[in-house]
Amino acid sequence: MLRTVLVANRGEIARRIIRGCRARGLASVAVYSEADRDAPHVTDADRAVAIGPAPARESYLDIGRLIGAARESGADAVHPGYGFLSENWRFAAACAEAGLTFIGPSPEAIRAMGDKTEARRRMAAAGVPIVPGSPEPVANAAAAERFAANVGYPVILKAAAGGGGIGMAKAATASELAPAWATATRRAQAAFGRADVYVERYVEQGRHIEVQVFGDAKGTVVHMHERECSIQRRHQKLVEESPAPHLAPAIKRGLTEAAVAGARAIGYVNAGTLEFLVDAQGFYFLEMNTRLQVEHPVTEQVTGLDLVVAQLDVAAGQPLPWSQDAIVQHGAAIEVRVYAEDPARNFLPSPGTVSRLSLPHGDGLRLESGVVEGSVVSVHYDPLLFKLIATGADRPEALARLAGALDACVVEGVKTTLPLLRCIVGHPEFRRGAVHTQMVEQGAFNG
Amino acid sequence: MAEEIKAHITGVVFQVTTKPGDTVAAGDPVIVLESMKMEIPVEAPRAGSVKEIRVREGQTVQEGETVALLE
Repeated sequence: MLRTVLVANRGEIARRIIRGCRARGLASVAVYSEADRDAPHVTDADRAVAIGPAPARESYLDIGRLIGAARESGADAVHPGYGFLSENWRFAAACAEAGLTFIGPSPEAIRAMGDKTEARRRMAAAGVPIVPGSPEPVANAAAAERFAANVGYPVILKAAAGGGGIGMAKAATASELAPAWATATRRAQAAFGRADVYVERYVEQGRHIEVQVFGDAKGTVVHMHERECSIQRRHQKLVEESPAPHLAPAIKRGLTEAAVAGARAIGYVNAGTLEFLVDAQGFYFLEMNTRLQVEHPVTEQVTGLDLVVAQLDVAAGQPLPWSQDAIVQHGAAIEVRVYAEDPARNFLPSPGTVSRLSLPHGDGLRLESGVVEGSVVSVHYDPLLFKLIATGADRPEALARLAGALDACVVEGVKTTLPLLRCIVGHPEFRRGAVHTQMVEQGAFNG
Repeated sequence: MAEEIKAHITGVVFQVTTKPGDTVAAGDPVIVLESMKMEIPVEAPRAGSVKEIRVREGQTVQEGETVALLE
């Protein structure tokens, strides 16, 4: 039985989790840095604890301060949200050591999936298809070249300790490999403190499709269907939807069965997501996110289930309340992410004060916002302002609602991705559901 | 005549990658800013030698603020 949940996050996801706690009758404790003293998530929670200065390293990323805040507030559980410490196994272990229930998987599962080469090995052993590549990090550029010659160009070099699209470098030919290896190792060292990189074949014009899974302490693992997340910039998602348009039933079955088998093989408990690349040849496991995803609302909209409440229940030791057959997709849901970034200046950050904010409400619309009018968008954190989710009886209805809602959004004071999102949602290729991961960078939505 | 190198966005100085006396080519990063989890280099507008660095790591700079002088 949980009573009080410390929400170790900020912005829209902290507010979403606080809402979930309230739905279950649990008390919530917000944490905030000096920059977030007046933030909406602080007002939403039952209690709030200051955890330090604005830089995330000294507040939202400081394990000691968060454990201290949990102790001080009498919390018995911690929800990490996404980003920050959510995929840091040391944080999960520190919570357990302090007698706090970590609302997420075990430190062992987080650690295994956090090492991207180990994740590939474990998933391959469970029968999940992986992108052809090196099973271990490559020691030098020459070794990378041998693997690349084997799997075929183009290839991509990725940080073993990485994830989230950070520290990657592509090589189209053998002559590009040595510089790409130097770039990738430098970036990996800078971002993750570990220079190890591995080689994968680069899947061109692929679709990014992921499967939501959920496990409980009794060993039950179910999937909650797929999400299409191909519309990205800098390997970060902008638009997500469920179901994935025009997904062949055989591929869909393969993806969901592989995801459940993979999660089961590592004894996975709580919510997680397996990301795949899908191309004409088939599908390949990319990585597993051992936490709640930003885009979880599209799954909630089409399944009618509350993932945050389920996370709380499973963390409290309860079995999953649904059988696989009872989890069904109804209609269609599409989410867009509105970031404080300037799409006209190659997505440069646009910090500032939200001087005016007018957001639409209506049938089939759901809004998850971390800001209100007057909020200061700080340089210290992720630029996500809000998410807009439109649901319909089918994809055209969801699209029509989303297009209308995007037109009605007014944000002043900071530049946002709204103009680009309007362009994407109105674009014939997107409307047909013909998407792939390089569309934004190739300029498909320019002008 | 020294030329001012200005920050093109607001951010926190993540890294000072040059020091006074360093020779830089056009487009070389002089300092690197961090803003909203992104690392954004502030580049030399032309070739020259760094005369002065006006910021230190961890400091917040505003868009348009001079971060270095180029000679």
